[in-house]
Amino acid sequence: MMQTAPVQDTQARPQAFKITVNGRELAVEAAADTPLLWILRDHLGMTGTKFGCGRALCGACTVHLDGAPVRSCSIPLSTVQGRMITTIEGLSPDRSHAVQRAWIELDVPQCGYCQSGQIMSAAALLEANPAPSDADIDTAMSGNLCRCGTYPRIRHAIHRAAEILKTGTGR
Amino acid sequence: MSGSGGLRAPATAPAVQVNRREFLDAAATLGGGLIIGLSLPGCGAKSPPAADAAGSADAGGRDLNAWLRIGADDTITMIVDRSEMGQGVYTALPMLLAEELEIGLDAVKIVAAPVGDAYVNPGNGGQITGTSNSVQDAWDKLRTAGAQARTVLIAAAAQAWRIDAVECRAQNGRVVNPQGGSMTYGELAAAAAKLPLPKSVALKAPGSFRLLGRPLPRLDTPGKVDGSAEFGIDVKLPGMLHAALAQSPVLGGSVKSVDSAAAGKMAGVHQVLVTASGVVVVADHFWQALRARDALQVTWESGANATLDNGGIRKLLRKAAASGPGLSARADGDATAALKSAHRTLRAMYELPLLAHATMEPMNCTADVRPDGCDLYVGTQVQQVSQSTAAMAAGLLPSQVNVHTTLLGGGFGRRLDVDFIPAAVQASKAVGAPVKLIWTREDDMTHDTYRPPAILDLAAGFDGDRLTAWRLHIVSPSITARMFPPVKGVDDSVIEYAVNFPYDVPNVAVDYSRQEIGIDVGYMRSVSHAPNCFAIECFMDELAHAAGKDPYEFRRQLLEKKPRHRRVLEAVAERAGWGRTPQGGQQGRHQGIALMEGYTTHLAQVAEVSVHAGALKVHRIVCVVDCGRMVNPRIVESQIVGGIIFGLSAALWGEVTIAGGVVQQTNFDAYRVMRGNELPQIEVQLLDSDAPPGGIGEPSVALVAPALCNAIFAATGRRLRSLPISPQMTRAAAAHSA
Repeated sequence: MMQTAPVQDTQARPQAFKITVNGRELAVEAAADTPLLWILRDHLGMTGTKFGCGRALCGACTVHLDGAPVRSCSIPLSTVQGRMITTIEGLSPDRSHAVQRAWIELDVPQCGYCQSGQIMSAAALLEANPAPSDADIDTAMSGNLCRCGTYPRIRHAIHRAAEILKTGTGR
Repeated sequence: MSGSGGLRAPATAPAVQVNRREFLDAAATLGGGLIIGLSLPGCGAKSPPAADAAGSADAGGRDLNAWLRIGADDTITMIVDRSEMGQGVYTALPMLLAEELEIGLDAVKIVAAPVGDAYVNPGNGGQITGTSNSVQDAWDKLRTAGAQARTVLIAAAAQAWRIDAVECRAQNGRVVNPQGGSMTYGELAAAAAKLPLPKSVALKAPGSFRLLGRPLPRLDTPGKVDGSAEFGIDVKLPGMLHAALAQSPVLGGSVKSVDSAAAGKMAGVHQVLVTASGVVVVADHFWQALRARDALQVTWESGANATLDNGGIRKLLRKAAASGPGLSARADGDATAALKSAHRTLRAMYELPLLAHATMEPMNCTADVRPDGCDLYVGTQVQQVSQSTAAMAAGLLPSQVNVHTTLLGGGFGRRLDVDFIPAAVQASKAVGAPVKLIWTREDDMTHDTYRPPAILDLAAGFDGDRLTAWRLHIVSPSITARMFPPVKGVDDSVIEYAVNFPYDVPNVAVDYSRQEIGIDVGYMRSVSHAPNCFAIECFMDELAHAAGKDPYEFRRQLLEKKPRHRRVLEAVAERAGWGRTPQGGQQGRHQGIALMEGYTTHLAQVAEVSVHAGALKVHRIVCVVDCGRMVNPRIVESQIVGGIIFGLSAALWGEVTIAGGVVQQTNFDAYRVMRGNELPQIEVQLLDSDAPPGGIGEPSVALVAPALCNAIFAATGRRLRSLPISPQMTRAAAAHSA
C-alpha cells in the first residue's frame, strides 16, 4: 500500500483581479496562486495558449508579459496585475504578423499543439533581434518543445519572418 | 499502430464498389445538397446515422455515410474519416477528392467524421487512424467518390441544357458546356442528387493530375498559427465543469480508501468520486480541481506490480529468450541446420527499453452525459472504441454516444488507447453537467501505455564469405493481444521488418516469444519496426565487419533481387557521400547506414557522427525515401523529418524506468526529448515512384538508432547493442577522462 501525502490547503479563495490581455482590461475572480495559463484558458476562454507540462519545461504556454516571453503555466495571477499580457490571439487580428505569415508560407505546423508557444517565442525574439542568426534562434527557441519535429521549418520560418519584417512585404 | 497487417490487413486493398444510392430531398440536406455515400464491402449497415458531426441530416432515418456535401451556396464540405494528428490527412484526403471533383483545394471545408461503418479502414479492421495507411486506404476510395460526384453533376447540367453529357466538362467547381455556358456545383447539387450514381467511373491518369503530387499548402495551417485550432483540451461547452484525476502511483493499482473531506471543502469543488480509473475531482475550473486533487488523502492498493522494476522486466524477457524459439513467423530453408553447418557463426543480443509517447497535448476528454445520450469530445485515433468505451462508462448503448473527433495534439499511437475516457464520462454522469477531464503532464508520463521493451536474439552463419543463415528471435509483449484480441499465432505488430527481411540469405528464421511484463504496453510510432530495424541493421553491420566488407557494399550485394531497396540504398550512399567522408582523427566524421521497408515504403538512412574524447556529436542524418506515389510531397517531407527527430529522441535519450511499479520519469526534465538547438543537419530526398502510395508517418523513426549506432561503431569500434545511446556514451566519456 502507498499513501499520497495531502497537500495543505492554502485556503486560497477566489479574489477579484483586473488584468490586461491583448490590450483589454478584464476582470477575473480566482485564487491568487492560479497560474496565468488557467486564467486565460478556463476563465477567459482563450485556449490558444496551451498546457504542456505545468513546470515551464516545454514552452507550449508561452505568452508575452510586457513584451517578454514567459511561461504562463508558472506565473501566478497575483503577479500580472498592471502588466501587459499578449497571447497568440492578440498577436494580430488576422494572422498578419510576420511570424504568422512566415509560418503559413512554410507550412510549419504538424499537429500544431506547440505552435502558439513557438510563435510567441519567435515573435519576442524578432522584436528584440530583427535579424537573428541560427545561434540566436537556438538560444531563444530552446525552451519550446515540439514532438512532431517541426524544428527545421521553425528555424527557416524565423529567418523568413525576419525578411518579411525587413522588406515589409511577403517578397 | 500495428504495422504491416497487424490488424489483419488484407493483402490487397479491396475494390470500392458503389452498391447503394441514397436520395436526399433538398430539405434533408443542409442547404439542399448532394451527398455521395459509399458502402464498403464487408462493412455492414448497422451503425447509427452520421447525422450530427457530419451535419448530414438524415431525416428519413436511413443509414447514410458520406464524404462529400455540396451546398446550394456552393460550399463543399468533406467529411474526413481519419484523425488529424499532424500527419496531414486533413489536407491529403481532401486533395484526393478535389482532384476528381475538379475543384480547387481551397474550396474544401473539413469536418471530422462521426462513427460509421463506411468509415472503417479495411486495412486496420476498424475506424482507426494508424498503420500509416490513411492515404493507401483513401487513394481509390476518395478519388472514386469525387469522380462519381463529378459525373452526376455533369449529368444534371446536361439535362438542364438538354445536351449530351459528353459535351460538358467539369472545371473549377462549375460544369461548362461547349457554348461557354456554365452552372456552379451548388446550382446543380439538388438536381444531381436525384440522379443515379454511376456504377463505375474512370479515374484520371496520373499524367493529368492537377493537385496530386503537388506541394499544396495544408488546410489546417491557418488555425494553427492564430490559436483557433480546436484540440480536445480546448473544447468549451455551456455549463462545463473541469476535472482532475488521481491515479494509482503503482501501475495497475486501485483505490483502497480515500479521505476527501479537505478536498471537498475547497473552493469551486463540486464532487469527488471514486472510479476504476482513480479518484476524480470535479470543480468549476481545472486549477481548482487540481489543487483539490492534491489535497485528497488516498490510500492505494498497489496490486501485482508493487515490486515491478526494470531489472525484473529484463529478467523475464531474458528468460523467455533463453527458453526456446517460440512461434515461427518466417522460415526460409532451414536456418538451424545452416547455422550448424556454417564455417563461421556470429551471435548477438539486442535490448530495447520502454518508451513514453509524450504527446505535447496531455490526455484529456470532454463528456456530456444526459439520461438519453452522451456527446464525447476527444482527440482519438479510434472512434468506435471511444464510442463503446464511453457507452459502457455511461450505461448507454453505443448508438447513444456521439463521438466528436477534435484535432489531436500529437497521437503517435497513444490515442489508440482510450484509458482517459471512462473517468470523464462517469464524472459527467455524476454531476449532471459536461465535464472536461485533463491529465497533467505527470499523469500522462507516469500512466502511458508504453512502447514495450524487447530482446532480440540474433545469429548468422557464413560459408566462406557467403551469408547462408540468419536467425532472429524476438521476445516482447503483444500489444495487439491486449487491444484487439484475439491474436491467432504470431502478433503481426511485433515482427515488422523482420518478416520482410530483404537480404538474399537462403536460410532465414524469424521467431517470436510473447512475454508479458505486467503493465499495459501500446503501439508507438513505427511500432516494432523500431526495435527490429535496430537489431537487424546493426547486426548486418556486425556481419559486414566480420566479413571484412564495407557495410554499404555488403548490403548492396545481398539486394540483387530487391530493386526498390537497392535504389534507396544506393541513393543514400550517393547523397551522403558514403566512403568519401574524411574518416578518423579527432575531428573526423564517421558514417553509419541503415535500410528498411515498412508500411510498403522503402527507406535508407546515413548518420554522420563524431566522437571526441568519448563525447558523441550527431552532425547529419541523410534519408532517402521511396514511398510510391505522393499526394503531397511537402507533407511527406515534414513527416520524414519529424520521424527522424522522433527517432533521435528515442535513440539518444528515450527510456522509461520503473521502480516499485512506479514510473520514475514524470516530466520533460527527466524524460528528455530533442530540442531545436540540438538538431543535426537533416536531409531528405524523396524519389519519384509509380508504385502505390506507401505510409509516411512512421517509417523514418526506425532507421535512426541503427544508423547512429553503426556510425558510433565506425568512430569508436564499440558496438552498442542497447538503447538509449546517450547514457552509454556519457559513461564511456567519463571512463575516457578518468
